[in-house]
This record gives sequence, structure tokens and C-alpha cells, in this order.
Amino acid sequence: MRRLETFAAWTLGILWILPLLYAFWTAFHPPAFSTRFALDAPLTLDNFRRAWEAAPFARYFLNSFLLVTMVLAAQLVLCTLAAYAFARFEFPGRDVAFLLVLVQLMIMPDVLIVENYATLGRLGILDSIPAIGLPYMASAFGIFLLRQTFKTVPRELDEAARVEGAGPLQVLWKVYVPLARPVYLAYGLVSVSYHWNNFLWPLIVTSSVTSRPVTVGLQVFSSGDQGIDWSVITAATLMTSGPLLAGFLIFQRQFVQSFMRAGIR
Amino acid sequence: MRAVHGWLLLLPSAVLLGVFTHWPVLGTIWASFHATPRAGRPAAFVGLENYAVMAADEVFWKSLANNLWYALATVPVSIALAILMALWVNSAMRGRTWLRMAFFTPTVLPMIAVANIWLFFYTPQYGLLEQLTGALGLASRNWLGDPSTALACVSVVAIWKEAGFFMIFYLAALQSIPPSLAEAAALEGASRGYYFRRVVFPLLMPTTLFVMVNAVINSFRLVDHIVVMTRGGPNNATSLLLYHIYNVGFSYWDTGYAAALTVVLLAILGLAAAGQFALLDRKVHYQ
Repeated sequence: MRRLETFAAWTLGILWILPLLYAFWTAFHPPAFSTRFALDAPLTLDNFRRAWEAAPFARYFLNSFLLVTMVLAAQLVLCTLAAYAFARFEFPGRDVAFLLVLVQLMIMPDVLIVENYATLGRLGILDSIPAIGLPYMASAFGIFLLRQTFKTVPRELDEAARVEGAGPLQVLWKVYVPLARPVYLAYGLVSVSYHWNNFLWPLIVTSSVTSRPVTVGLQVFSSGDQGIDWSVITAATLMTSGPLLAGFLIFQRQFVQSFMRAGIR
Repeated sequence: MRAVHGWLLLLPSAVLLGVFTHWPVLGTIWASFHATPRAGRPAAFVGLENYAVMAADEVFWKSLANNLWYALATVPVSIALAILMALWVNSAMRGRTWLRMAFFTPTVLPMIAVANIWLFFYTPQYGLLEQLTGALGLASRNWLGDPSTALACVSVVAIWKEAGFFMIFYLAALQSIPPSLAEAAALEGASRGYYFRRVVFPLLMPTTLFVMVNAVINSFRLVDHIVVMTRGGPNNATSLLLYHIYNVGFSYWDTGYAAALTVVLLAILGLAAAGQFALLDRKVHYQ
């Protein structure tokens, strides 16, 4: 019985990884072997070189890197401040404000594409990297997660710091932020993978090479005049997922624990 | 003084949330009662005209039905698979670290990359699927090009991407179940199936409800793979609601009608939200 279960688990595992292995096979072998499995097929990086030369991927990577960094930096600052307010300050309208924040958990910017596009048009910043990030910079998920964490900080620590003459922001920086470090890591990983992978909204907002992230660049590349050269397309596909995939395989445990931590509320 | 500080701390987030979440929601509702503004003139009030157009729009009804089928297929299957995966990864099984990696990896890939990989997988004649069915002697077919199989194909992609993600939540929940329960059940001579049905599954209920709401939201929110794999075709067989909105809003630039469609999407998400709140309430009484 146990044996049978292990067998079933392994079958599902292999089935699960199969499409990805197939992509790896195609990307690392010459086009002649892209769909033909032979043990003596020569390995090559030529598909990656051709993909890299066929589209401005270096620029796309830079754009994605800037986008992810900008969004995460803004989120960390904004969410920390707001979470601190919700966790440790009494002010009129706090509970209503918190409910209004939670609305974003259900109605994400992903579905408000038409109105947000109009807003960014009025601001005159369409087709720029900040335009992609702006709707996501205040994050209900981040505020919620950090609020829960800040609430578990003993009030005595807070008061002790204040007796020594620290102002509200100093208390936040010296007491709350250091204690929430694992939560910041968890939130950071979730946010980075979300925004590195995001596609529909960047596709709508951007229209030039200087602002497109890799996901949109990949789509422009693979639906363009490549014909259907699957060797090059899978190479480009693996390339764009490369940084996250490598990060995940190296820091597997942290990744899984972070997603777990972010999931328990 | 504390009150002023509180509001000041909240202010930056409040402004951004207001501009990019609350205002757009109200703006969408307002715009849905107005014609699409043309050439600098303000939008004219048209009452329910956009909704009348919607009622007569076959693509809208098709997309809505597709989306419901898509949710009905992806949500239960990915949840069932996620529970199974979590049970396996959480057991003392040989190679469970490898299994966890295999199940979770699709989650870290961009949906667009996933779509490209599966597009290749489904490709007529060359794709791995065709090679497998060909080896079994089955006739060749165009899986994504056939209206009767296309929606199932994109559902499989979503399940592949999401099951491993939901597994993580179940893994966390399983690890919070005290081992003494399993020991007690074993002492009483309960079978593993009985123990799962009567002890583990009920304890996982809050997680299941939470995952379910998120899965439903995702099934209405994520259409990246549709853009890459089928563009809603063939014959609108894989058009989902948000994809239809994207088409109306950014291919035909009919923003007034797109707003009316968005109102329907918001209503569906609101329903999911109501479910979430009801469930959170229950959870509080539960513990």
C-alpha cells in the first residue's frame, strides 16, 4: 500500500515536471533535435545566443529589475508606515479605513485596467516603468501582513524605547522593523515573484523597448516574426524565468517557508 | 497628537489606494452609464444602453459561461491535487524534497512562460502530447485549435500552475496539526483513510475555504495564458471575462462598454469577498 502510494506520488511528480523538462530539452539542443529524443544529441547554447541577439533582452531585463526594485522599495516603506498606524495608533476612522484597505485584497489593480489606464494617461506617464508599478505600490496584502506582525510585538518594548526619548518613527525603526525581519523577507519574495511575472497590465501600459519588462518582451518576441522556431522561443522563455527559477532552486527552503508564512494569516 | 500621527503614517498608502483602487471602482460604475468619450468631448449619459449592448453581446455571454466552466474545472481539481501533494510531501515518503520541488516549481514561473511551454507541449505534430498520443496510435488532432478541447487545455495549464501554490497553504496547515492526534487515532485502530476523513480533512476546512476564495478570484483575474495561447479563440471558445474586457477596452477602445463589463466582474469578485467575510466570521467562532 505504502509502496503503491510512493509510486503514485512519483508518477505525479514526474508528470508535473515533464512539460518543463521538455522545454529544457528543446532549448539546450540544436533545432534538429528539438522534438526528437536521442541520447547522442549534442548540447548547445546556440538557441540562447540567437534569442539574445534577436531581441533587446538586456534592456528588458534591466527594465524588469528596475520595476521590481522600485515596487518593492515603495511597498516596504508605505506598508510599514500604514501597518504601524493600524497596529499601534488610535485615530478616528481607523476601523473603516482598515476595511477600505482590505477591499484591495479582492479587487486588485489587475481587473481595473480600463480606469487605471485612463488615470495614468491623465498623469501623462503612460509607457514608463513607474506607470507599471504605481497601482501596486500601496499593497493591502503587505499592510495586513505587517499589521499582524506588529501587533505581536510586546508593548513594553515600545514603551521602554519611548521612555528613552525616541519618537514614533524611531520606535518603528528601532523596535518594530527588526523584529519583523522574517516577514519582510517573506513579503519581499512574494512581491518580487509577482511583479517579475506580471504580464497583462505591463502589456497594456507599455509600448516601447525602453519600458517593457521581460514578460512583455518575451511575448512581443515569440509572437513576432520568429515563425515557429521553438528552439529559440523555449530558450527565450527559460531565459526570462531564469533568475527566479535559479533563486528558487538555490533558496528552496526559504522560498517555501516564505510563501507559507505569507499564506498564514 | 497620536491621532494626527496615525493619519500621517497612513496617508501615503491611503492616497495611492484611493487613486488606484477606490476611485477606479467608482469611476467604472460611473463610466458604465456613459458613452465612450470621443475626441475631447465629455462622455454623454446613455443610461442603461451599455448594459443593453451587453445583454445582446454573444461574446460576453460566451465569455461568462467559459469563465464559470473554467472556474468549475480549475478550482476543485487544483484544490484536490494540492491536498494530495501536501499529504505526500508532509509524509515520511522517500524523495519528498524532490517532490516538493517538482510540485512547486511551476508557481515561480511567469504565467506567460508557462503558457509558452504548454503551447509547445500542445503543438500539432511536434508537441510532446502529439508524440505521446501518436505513440499510442491515436489520430493526430489540434488540441488548442478545436473549440471542444481548447478550454480544457487552458484549464489544465492553470491547474498545473496553481496546484503547487495551494499545496503550500495545506502544508502549513498540516504541520500545525499536533502529531498526538495521529498517534491517538493509531492507538484506536483507525485506518489512515478514516483518520484523514474524520480528523485531518475537517481541520483543514478553514484552509480549504481560504484557498477556495483565492482560487475563484484567480480564475477571474489571471488571463495571461489566454493572450499567449489562444487569444480567446477558436471561435471565442477560450475567451474569459477579463480577456473580453481587455479586447473591448484596448483593441476596440470602447471604454464605456468595457466599464459595463468590468462592473459585472466587480460584482463577481464582490460576491467572492462576501463569501470570504462570512467565512472569516465562522473561523472566529470556530477557534
